[in-house]
Amino acid sequence: MFGQILSGDLPRSRTLTLLLIAIVAGLALTPFLFPGAKAINVAAKICIFIVLVASYDLLLGYTGIVSFAHTMFFGIGAYGVAIALTRLGPSWAAVGAGVGASLALSFVLSLVIGLFSLRVKALFYAMITLAVASAFQTLASQLSEFTGGEDGLNFKVPEILSHGYVLWQQTILGVAVDGKLISYYLLFAVAVALFLLMLRIVNSPFGRVLQAIRENAFRAEALGYPTVVYRTWSNVLSAGFATLAGALLALWLRYNGPDTSLSFEIMIDILLMVVIGGMGTMYGAVAGATLFIVAQNYLQDLMKLASSAAAGVPLIPNLVHPDRWLLWLGILFVVSVYRFPAGIVGKLRARVRAKP
Amino acid sequence: MSSSAATAPHVDALPAVELDRIPLLLLPALALIALPLMGSFSTWVTLTVAGLAMGMIIFIIASGLTLVFGLMDVLNFGHGIFITLGAFLATSVLGALSGWTASESLLFNMLAVLPAMLVAMAAAGIVGFAFERVIIRPVYGQHLKQIMITMGAMIVGEELIKVVWGPQTIPLPLPAAFRGSLLFGDAAVEKYRLIAVVIGLAVFAAMFWALSRTKVGLLIRAGVQDREMVESLGYRIRRLFVGVFVAGSALAGLGGVMWGLYEQNVTPQMGAQVNVLIFIVIIIGGLGSVGGCFLGALLVGLLANYTGFLAPKVALFSNILLMVIVLLWRPQGIYSVANR
Repeated sequence: MFGQILSGDLPRSRTLTLLLIAIVAGLALTPFLFPGAKAINVAAKICIFIVLVASYDLLLGYTGIVSFAHTMFFGIGAYGVAIALTRLGPSWAAVGAGVGASLALSFVLSLVIGLFSLRVKALFYAMITLAVASAFQTLASQLSEFTGGEDGLNFKVPEILSHGYVLWQQTILGVAVDGKLISYYLLFAVAVALFLLMLRIVNSPFGRVLQAIRENAFRAEALGYPTVVYRTWSNVLSAGFATLAGALLALWLRYNGPDTSLSFEIMIDILLMVVIGGMGTMYGAVAGATLFIVAQNYLQDLMKLASSAAAGVPLIPNLVHPDRWLLWLGILFVVSVYRFPAGIVGKLRARVRAKP
Repeated sequence: MSSSAATAPHVDALPAVELDRIPLLLLPALALIALPLMGSFSTWVTLTVAGLAMGMIIFIIASGLTLVFGLMDVLNFGHGIFITLGAFLATSVLGALSGWTASESLLFNMLAVLPAMLVAMAAAGIVGFAFERVIIRPVYGQHLKQIMITMGAMIVGEELIKVVWGPQTIPLPLPAAFRGSLLFGDAAVEKYRLIAVVIGLAVFAAMFWALSRTKVGLLIRAGVQDREMVESLGYRIRRLFVGVFVAGSALAGLGGVMWGLYEQNVTPQMGAQVNVLIFIVIIIGGLGSVGGCFLGALLVGLLANYTGFLAPKVALFSNILLMVIVLLWRPQGIYSVANR
């Protein structure tokens, strides 16, 4: 049965299986295991980023296309929900309208960019998406009437998700059943469903063709698969999932601005997560996103300690200053591209394969 | 000399390469279309010089990148760190020589700016050498890894710059004699922009001469067209590539100094911002083509300044618009050189 749910793509490594079970169980039980606002926010961010990173992996890891416009689609989803809820008021119809409109916009944009530039080289596509994404970011901050400009938008969500809403008066294991808990589990369920859907896609015949294109586009074309069409579909699908992840982010934060969903830093984060987790393995998205976000939220505390401990020594306090955490992750990224191109998941699986 | 004279008839026997003239008309065409829209001639002169200056600086930065790509099929997403490095070194050097930059004398100003440029170029060149050795060499021929590795190096480089100079914006004022503008009739032209145009033209002339009149240049051009053939003739194209990479990095350092002086301040993020612009330029120009890069840079500079005056909202997207139009016209860029 598990094989069917996971589309026949099992983790294929005992350590990896344990790791995944631990992550999923941790995320499922976060409100009960780790009390406090920070823990649940971190867990929600992990769920959203698992979907986002998996959708990027569909493009980068499975099809071998480097895009720098992934946050653009993430942002479209977040802005779609934010604008719809601001304009139409907090209702589920508004959420639906926002998600629908942003999916449509993402579909058109990704189709146009794909058809326009995927027929040429991978490098070309990377550069064009970089340019388009930066133009979109400018556009979003310029259209301040719709998007709230640099300040972003604060909005109300449907009542059942708002923090003040209480479903029952009783608590379960000491946790109040309020809007926040409901939002979290809604988020969790949607994230799981989207992840399993993506796992299904990459293990379908369509997904096999994508991998064939990644390995050798020329040969795939010779076998009769129109590579441009498949690449474009991969691009459209990945954009669609990123849009949904963006919608989840906006619903969770009840706020959206350029820095939370559109900025280039997020694009870099996604790239780091995919590579560290393992490209071309959906499970890499789970491992990478979890590791990265936990590090992002708790490594900085550690660095603060190191920085104050090294006070007085020249340059060292600057190197381990909490704001410089990206430096260390950047180095980790470069090293992992060289040394562990298959990431955590690839490494764990290779260990199994080495044993007879 | 005598040997080259003896072989001259054979060279002449080759069919002359026909120059593609249409793109050359784009620049005057753009300038002429803008003239009636502007309304006043003096505004047009001011904006044209500003556009040319911006274009020249972009060209200085982008020329190395496009050659590196053409020669070795390597696209360096980390090119921006050489820009940032050059600009930040300039703040340090000019800060140390603040006595000279504050004086009204052009000579002393030059004495301050020249070392700043030389230090920036030297440092960017040295870092470029190490960058090529450590970052790029292990991933020759693997596009996906190249993009990711150079992007990662860009992140690390930007963070290291923040470690040394701090994350804040640093002002980089122009030396006293470079400030202000000259009046030609009614048209005011900023002095620094004229200087930028002159330096840009000098770099273009030097590069044009090196590429078309020297043996190394011949090999570089041949390598861009067909790397394997040049290698099979016994030339080590990798060495040539290292040289081009270092020169390209040094030029990016110089461009960084000029860009910093143009904007009058430097931020650690400037490299990433300019990177987007130079990618657009080399796509427009055709990857690997120095002439196309020159035209593309000037087109981007002019269009940015014209639209900035006529329709400021459109100006933010003028580059993308230009790129889309050029690619619809010629999908490989204005001049397509590298046959891959």
